[in-house]
Amino acid sequence: MNREDFPILKQNLIYFDNGATTMKPQCVIDSMVDYYSNYTANAHRGDYDNSMKVDVLYEGVRGKVRKLIDAKDASEVVFTKGTTESLNLLVFGFMKGHLNMGDELLLTKSEHASNVLPWMELAKEKGIVIKYIPLDDENKVTIDNVLKTVSPKTKVISLAQVTNVIGDVRPMKEIGKLCQERGIYFVVDGAQSVPHMKVSVQEMNADFLAFSGHKMLGPTGVGVLWGKMKYLQEIKPFCYGGGMNASFESTGDFELREVPTIFDAGTPAIAEVIGLGTAIDYLEAIGLDKIQAHEQELKRYLLEQLKNVPKITVYNPTSEAAIVAFNIDGVFSQDTAIYLNHYHICVRAGNHCAKILKDELKVKNTCRISFYLYNTKEEIDELIRVLKDAEHIFDVVL
Amino acid sequence: MDPSLRREIILDNYQNPLHKGLVEEDGYIKVRTNNESCIDDLWIMMKVLDGKIQDIRFDGEACAISTSATSIMIRNFIGKTYDEAKELLENYEAMIDERPYDKEKLGELNVYDEIYKQPNRKKCALLPFRAIHKLLEDPSLFQK
Repeated sequence: MNREDFPILKQNLIYFDNGATTMKPQCVIDSMVDYYSNYTANAHRGDYDNSMKVDVLYEGVRGKVRKLIDAKDASEVVFTKGTTESLNLLVFGFMKGHLNMGDELLLTKSEHASNVLPWMELAKEKGIVIKYIPLDDENKVTIDNVLKTVSPKTKVISLAQVTNVIGDVRPMKEIGKLCQERGIYFVVDGAQSVPHMKVSVQEMNADFLAFSGHKMLGPTGVGVLWGKMKYLQEIKPFCYGGGMNASFESTGDFELREVPTIFDAGTPAIAEVIGLGTAIDYLEAIGLDKIQAHEQELKRYLLEQLKNVPKITVYNPTSEAAIVAFNIDGVFSQDTAIYLNHYHICVRAGNHCAKILKDELKVKNTCRISFYLYNTKEEIDELIRVLKDAEHIFDVVL
Repeated sequence: MDPSLRREIILDNYQNPLHKGLVEEDGYIKVRTNNESCIDDLWIMMKVLDGKIQDIRFDGEACAISTSATSIMIRNFIGKTYDEAKELLENYEAMIDERPYDKEKLGELNVYDEIYKQPNRKKCALLPFRAIHKLLEDPSLFQK
């Protein structure tokens, strides 16, 4: 749907790597060009018209994000560079001061690197214990397995709402309820969920949510950390400088601004934040329910068609999100991706930054197809045609 | 080289690589070699005896080009002295990088002489090169 809004899709290109990043509609590009062409100014600085306009637009995006994720207050929306920075800010700015030796943290082996490595580093530093919630036979998280893993020492559960290889949608509401009852911090990695489905931080009882702009039709270089105000107020900022202080004296005394401005040291990514706002407007105008239904129909169609292709193994046929991980038997995933590239079909090969998932999946590398609103059944037909011809793969890639 | 012969050699070495599988034996030095921008990930181990490379073995997951190049390279390096190995290595790198090289010295490795036409696959062909380069860092291993 809406393909005509995406200038890049005029090229001979079948883009199936939306889990990595997404294409940009003209309106997002235009809104950024408009800022650079017509009203460039810094944020939070001046008393002239353009500067005030920038302030209103920049701050206004917090409100758009609030509505998108059903948060209580726009001031709970912190802009970052992306999910990775959001999670790092949370781990090292908040958890470092709130967790102690022996405290337990629950993850799973299907988390993305950015929801594993910051925790591993903190665990090393503070003596925190990382435990992995076991996945079931379909590599999903069940509330039973969460209950089996949780202990009185559990202080944090940090999970992707939707994982980036399996594409399973976790039972966040139940997990959030459990966290609330037991006083556990509940951290949600929304990188693969916020772009594709309706997300409500209140409904899932989340304490923090992280996501990226570029995976939801927005520009690179901007993302969000949402948190409950009482927790955001306890985050120690990483970055000190202009924009985030209220005053400072040569005696060394200084006062910082309030949340969320305290996290806006230096000139923020103004054009990118504005572009993100336009992307949110665009997605909401179409409707995330509609987008999700379209993607699920594509996934259903792809799985159906793949049954007619010999020598294909699909690793996640039952997951809910529009992600399909597969291999051609006897072919290394990268060779498959290079083969598909020959036909202008873009898929991702590898471990998809989930490097410990191999323990569960029993395979290290896969090809991943991840859909978005602009993908079509005709594109899938072309993929199937090329895959059916894969006995000639090495004539193409060698 | 005839393209179909070239493809056949590469494919044969990819699907039935020689010297695959590491061994638990004394006297080997071992390195890991991977490409930052892709997912090739191999371990390569080498044993030197009496001033010559006595054995090289590898294991791991990598694409057709990386795997086949490793298999062929290992075959060509076994039996070489330090100086011979270095010379072979330099010629191979020169071929991949489109610099002048001695075709005679490279034997079967000449199957990669057109890899420059696919710039994104040069790094695949250089994966075992980088490992062997690392394994040859200490010439004293070759002293009898």
